[in-house]
Amino acid sequence: MTDYLIKGARILGGEPRDILIRDGLVAEVGGGLGGAGAAVIDADGLIALPGLVDLHTHLREPGREDAETVESGTRAAALGGFTAVHAMANTSPVADTAGVVEQVWRLGQEAGYCEVRPVGAVTAGLAGRQLAELGAMADSAAGVRVFSDDGMCVSDAVLMRRALEYVKAFDGVIAQHAQESRLTEGAQMNEGAVSGRLGLTGWPAVAEEAIISRDCLLAAHVGSRLHVCHVSTAGSVEIIRWAKSKGWNVTAEVTPHHLLLTDDLVERSPLGSYNPIYKVNPPLRTREDVEALRAGLADGTIDCVATDHAPHPVESKETEWSAAAMGMIGLETALSVVHAAMVETGLLDWAAVADRMSYRPARIGRVAGQGRPVEPGEAANLTLYDPAARTEVDPRGFASKSRNTPYEGLTLPGRVVATFLRGRPTVLEGKLA
Amino acid sequence: MSEARNVSRAVLEGPDIQRALTRIAHEIIERTKGAGNIVLLGIPTRGATLAARLGERIAQFGEVKAPVGSLDITMYRDDLRLRPARPLGRTELPPDGIDDRVVVLVDDVLFSGRTVRAALDALNDVGRPKAVQLATLVDRGHRELPIRADYVGKNLPTAKSEQVKVYLEEIDGRDAVVLIKREEDQ
Amino acid sequence: MRRHLISAADLSRDDATLILDTADELARVSDRSIKKLPTLRGRTVVNLFFEDSTRTRISFEAAAKRLSADVINFSAKGSSVSKGESLKDTALTLQAMGADAVVIRHSASGAPHRLANWVDGSVVNAGDGTHEHPTQALLDAFTMRRRLGTLEDRRVTIVGDVLHSRVARSNVLLLNTLGAQVTLVAPPTLLPVTVESWPCEVSYDLDAALPKSDVVMMLRVQSERMNAAYFPSAREYSRRYGLDRDRLARMPEDAIVMHPGPMNRGMEIAAEVADCARSTIVEQVANGVTIRMAVLYLLLGGETQ
Repeated sequence: MTDYLIKGARILGGEPRDILIRDGLVAEVGGGLGGAGAAVIDADGLIALPGLVDLHTHLREPGREDAETVESGTRAAALGGFTAVHAMANTSPVADTAGVVEQVWRLGQEAGYCEVRPVGAVTAGLAGRQLAELGAMADSAAGVRVFSDDGMCVSDAVLMRRALEYVKAFDGVIAQHAQESRLTEGAQMNEGAVSGRLGLTGWPAVAEEAIISRDCLLAAHVGSRLHVCHVSTAGSVEIIRWAKSKGWNVTAEVTPHHLLLTDDLVERSPLGSYNPIYKVNPPLRTREDVEALRAGLADGTIDCVATDHAPHPVESKETEWSAAAMGMIGLETALSVVHAAMVETGLLDWAAVADRMSYRPARIGRVAGQGRPVEPGEAANLTLYDPAARTEVDPRGFASKSRNTPYEGLTLPGRVVATFLRGRPTVLEGKLA
Repeated sequence: MSEARNVSRAVLEGPDIQRALTRIAHEIIERTKGAGNIVLLGIPTRGATLAARLGERIAQFGEVKAPVGSLDITMYRDDLRLRPARPLGRTELPPDGIDDRVVVLVDDVLFSGRTVRAALDALNDVGRPKAVQLATLVDRGHRELPIRADYVGKNLPTAKSEQVKVYLEEIDGRDAVVLIKREEDQ
Repeated sequence: MRRHLISAADLSRDDATLILDTADELARVSDRSIKKLPTLRGRTVVNLFFEDSTRTRISFEAAAKRLSADVINFSAKGSSVSKGESLKDTALTLQAMGADAVVIRHSASGAPHRLANWVDGSVVNAGDGTHEHPTQALLDAFTMRRRLGTLEDRRVTIVGDVLHSRVARSNVLLLNTLGAQVTLVAPPTLLPVTVESWPCEVSYDLDAALPKSDVVMMLRVQSERMNAAYFPSAREYSRRYGLDRDRLARMPEDAIVMHPGPMNRGMEIAAEVADCARSTIVEQVANGVTIRMAVLYLLLGGETQ
């Protein structure tokens, strides 16, 4: 295994240091390091971050390999600076058995770009009627700790309570897609002034907030861990802040797109009116929501950023709005979007970015060896990031099989220069190694 | 570098226009044997105004009331696609219509003849006159179609690049025919 | 004018006035024995209807034919569309046929916006989902102007299912542009939650609005809405928001009654009100052809942008 000597990287944005990587570990950190025989990487001006961990990724395999595969999705993840991703369960077949989660986990191992941690379904077939074999998935080679019916909400209060209780046996967590189904029948976009003008059925904030409130109360009642997926409203941030103030074991994530984009893009954008590239679930919200989400991420109410990378083939988006699929890809732009929304605005420094995009998501997902500080003895999961670069987003250059990015044509700050997975580069000079 | 500027010169003043219209009115009465069966149809905008003036004169000199109307030809033009869509003018036929009447089309300037061609088409859709005649205040030449005027206020030799503008009291606040020439200054 | 007519918001006051003025002139053509004009000879207008709407389709068809355009009717039923062809592929087919204008009716809000990305010709929105129906608003404005002389400061009350009404959206925008004062009247369940951001007044009380109205426009209310708990019963709806003879009597004497059709007689409007002299419902249909001629002429009658 090649040793690497990274020269002059600013760890978490601090003073320049050299980092010596040997045998998959961070061997030494300091000034003027010499590494005999090590490949030298000039990291002048680059920031070193712990490898990013995504709690919410749709890799689409098995079932929709036309949109993404474990291999293409993890290549995209590596290019985005990620060293671990959680593969969501809404595949076909659904990841609701040990067999499916082990298959996904193995595909990740074979591809080798990123640690793939399968998420198990909470209910069999995501149908919301009976629990999937959560224990079997936890005990499988994949070692599942995060369970989610993402895409669907676990609506039944009793089922949700049982799931929260049951996963305590193996330190699991239920990641809830909070969406009251009756309030969102046929919903197309955020319910507000824009949906009213455009004549699109609204997805009201209360449909998210009602479920989050209920689930926080349930988690407190049974003393379990709850994780809230893709928080999108100011009200949700308030509820989670309140739950945390009670000392309840609730964590939450926000997507990069909910930190940057607003629902008025559906009406007017450089990419046209009613462009389904902006169709996503939960929907893009208002400027006030974006500000509240940023503040919540900054003060730690929201624990982490998770991409909700949701690849779709071109034909799923080149349609009228109501016929289009929901979701946007985000792995390859996540760090730049967080840079723009949180760092350039002064809300987070790079140490806090490491916390929200690596340490905390790894802890929530119980991912050993990930989300650790850049210190001697730790696994060498690292990302080198050039904060001075500015790049116009061109989906044609993406490693993802899909092109449904809402940032096309936008110039975003920063660029991932290198990614190391357990000491081995997956990305060098901004390209797959 | 050369600079272009417009030089305009009045070729007819108010009294000249009055005299020309008076003469045309007399000619119409003479040629139509008393103007008892005519309809004056002006082509908007200024042709319609001229038709009204001719009507007054014919009533005065011929002691007959010649029905006056207007005929918008916009929808019949052959050059619609050369310019953005234009607002429509008014088509207003006299209550008794034009069937079996002698229609005198009235326009301000006769140039290529394409407006008159369009007017003949438009006329075809609103009735069947006994005959159609053409009166124009100015004939500036350069015909592109086999069309000629029956009554001409003034024959005005022009270059094709020149512009002829007609001003009428009712619309523009004064009567005049102006020739506009683009001159290149060295 | 822009290349397309997709939303009433696309029209400036000058644009809208030009359309109404043009329609005024064209209305005269409808009165004569030869109703056809040669203006759009050689131009192709495609009526692309993904929803059944015979009224709107024949109105556009008559308008295009009176201007001598070639008309192709493309109905989604029984075509490749019903076999799963996408809107984009349909658009590319029309593009290949050389459509100069596509008149589209679609159940999805925003479908005309999407279509405009894929065809070079003009796109005319003939009703998209619960979004807009701009030519309906234009013909309504035209009808009001002919009856009332002007729209400036006229008080227009629009009653009914505003939430799901493309007619209401287009009318609010256009009437506001033309200087009228609009009041929406509906049960709160049938108003968008953010209706206060619209350029109009909102009321839940029809009886209070009637004496202050120069125009009362009744919207069609589908009885299916009842099942989704928007209101308890057809009878209760009709009692609170229906226009009957008693309510008609409370309107100013010269005020008019409008309805975009098709009507639910006995639901939002009583039969005797629909058929009374102050009702413009039949006029609206005739004016529909005229206004659509004006729109097609102004979009296609000039140079191709």
